[in-house]
Amino acid sequence: MTAVADASAQAPVQARRRSRRAREISGQAGWAVLGWVVGIAFFIPILWMVLTAFKPESAAETWPPKFTFSPTLAEFRLVFSGFGPFIEHSAIATIGSTVLVIVLALPAAYALSIHPVKGWRDSLFFFISTKMLPVVAAIGPLYVIALKAHLLDSIWLLIILYAAMNLPLAIWMIRSFMLEVPSEMLEAARLDGAGRIREITEVIMPVVSPGLVSTALICVIFAWNELFLALNLTVTNAATMPMFLISSVPQEGLYIAHLSAAATVASVPVIIVGWIAQRSLVRGLSMGAIK
Amino acid sequence: MAVLEDVTSPPATGLRPRGVSRRERWSRRLPLLPALIYTIIVTQVPFLVTLWYSFQSYFWNEPGGAHWTGVSNYKEVFTDPNFRSALVRSVTMTAIAVIVAMLLGVALAVLLDKKFLGRSIVRTLIITPFLVMPAAAALVWAGPMLDPSFGLINWLLEPFGVNHVAWLTTHAYGSVIVVMIWQWTPFMTLIVLAGLQGQAQDTLEAAKVDGANAWATFRELTLPHLRPYIELGVLLGSIYLVTAFDQVRLMTNGGPGTTTTTLPFYLYQKVNYAFDIGGAAAAGVVTVVLTIIVASFALRLFASVFQFEEAK
Repeated sequence: MTAVADASAQAPVQARRRSRRAREISGQAGWAVLGWVVGIAFFIPILWMVLTAFKPESAAETWPPKFTFSPTLAEFRLVFSGFGPFIEHSAIATIGSTVLVIVLALPAAYALSIHPVKGWRDSLFFFISTKMLPVVAAIGPLYVIALKAHLLDSIWLLIILYAAMNLPLAIWMIRSFMLEVPSEMLEAARLDGAGRIREITEVIMPVVSPGLVSTALICVIFAWNELFLALNLTVTNAATMPMFLISSVPQEGLYIAHLSAAATVASVPVIIVGWIAQRSLVRGLSMGAIK
Repeated sequence: MAVLEDVTSPPATGLRPRGVSRRERWSRRLPLLPALIYTIIVTQVPFLVTLWYSFQSYFWNEPGGAHWTGVSNYKEVFTDPNFRSALVRSVTMTAIAVIVAMLLGVALAVLLDKKFLGRSIVRTLIITPFLVMPAAAALVWAGPMLDPSFGLINWLLEPFGVNHVAWLTTHAYGSVIVVMIWQWTPFMTLIVLAGLQGQAQDTLEAAKVDGANAWATFRELTLPHLRPYIELGVLLGSIYLVTAFDQVRLMTNGGPGTTTTTLPFYLYQKVNYAFDIGGAAAAGVVTVVLTIIVASFALRLFASVFQFEEAK
């Protein structure tokens, strides 16, 4: 008798559980549909760029837009044959400035976290405040300074300026990684009689080095994408990929497929870097404030 | 687990700068000096030079070099309606783009906080616009996307009665803002999503048990929790967007007329087309002064955002 009562009491519970489960699943499906629709909507311009890059020029400027066509690598070949110096300048400016940033930021972050200097808070805010000063305001004088220092249209100028542009972000971000070094570990190393050098190489670096990689990746993204300074201060000897893009838009004639191929080639390296750095992207963009 | 860290709080190493010897103080300062000196030279010196040139008449295409003119450059800046309208345009464009991107960012973050099939792929799709080179984004939007005769947008909107609109001439201002929003919504999404994922699940469960509906829970619990994240996103987004140049230069070239001429583009024109270093410098100084006023508020906000965790 009791068994029967139990069973009858359990049945509605099970049914309810089942219906909740069903609701959860249908809810999930609803979110999935919405999520995918929104995700694809955001991705459409990129998809369209890549698709157009594979079109022959005559299929790129049609009404209605063509979705089926025989893909060709012709425009990519044209891009690859012309982008040599530009991508070289971009690579040198990006890698050079990023190396410089890390070399400067690593000791600075150390001096603002592990063994903090007096007034470390002021220093920290000084660095971030330089990020708020618009470099556009000084562009004319910057041009004159570069001209007089014989740095106009030189890759060194871009390295110097991009390093200054990314340095505050790198200091804040690397500092946030250094604050994660457990103080017990520093304490233990000190009791072991480790000096500053051993403290850095054996305790701090192992904890911080993944953070250094993601910091570098974020600096790479910003340096690679920069246009304003390059456009104002370089002509040919240091012209970068964004300027190659501009040069791929001719005064006349069909160019949409060619432009799309150039834009794809210019964007893909950073898109891949960003996908790799996805997990630490937030941390870098928030200056280390968000883990 | 994402948490907003108080990154400016003193480190917990117990090694405070107080009561350390002179030698020790210098050995602490030494690693900081290269970065500090570098930043001062590269970022501050150009502004001092800007201040100097703002009192000079200097057209770099003309022989003779610079000569002192007093405040006449400033007079020109303050009476130039183009400067004022460029200034206002920069502020309004930034405000609209940041606010809309943040609203979309919150919505997308809530969406990405739900569990569903392929969520991480959708997340990747959504952040990608932020990674596209801004120059590439601007040119792709100007050409393949928005062209009046073959653009994809006109084709997508055709069923809604849109007929070959020349977006960049009839809706230039809006078009530039749309591209800014497209690129910066992912940034806002990531920051807000980090906030959502750092929210304690038990308070949300408790609210549910108490019978609070989803909207009330979001408004009463989630939004206050997200506030510092939203502030941070708005602040950083504004810093970057107010100097946005690529979209204006490559989509509309400031036009038609001056309808999309923002401050960076105005200064670019002054240097590259009017060759007017003195005028550009004076406009730059005015810009910097205004920036310092805004930035001092922003920095205070920044400091308070980073204090947040201490209060907990």
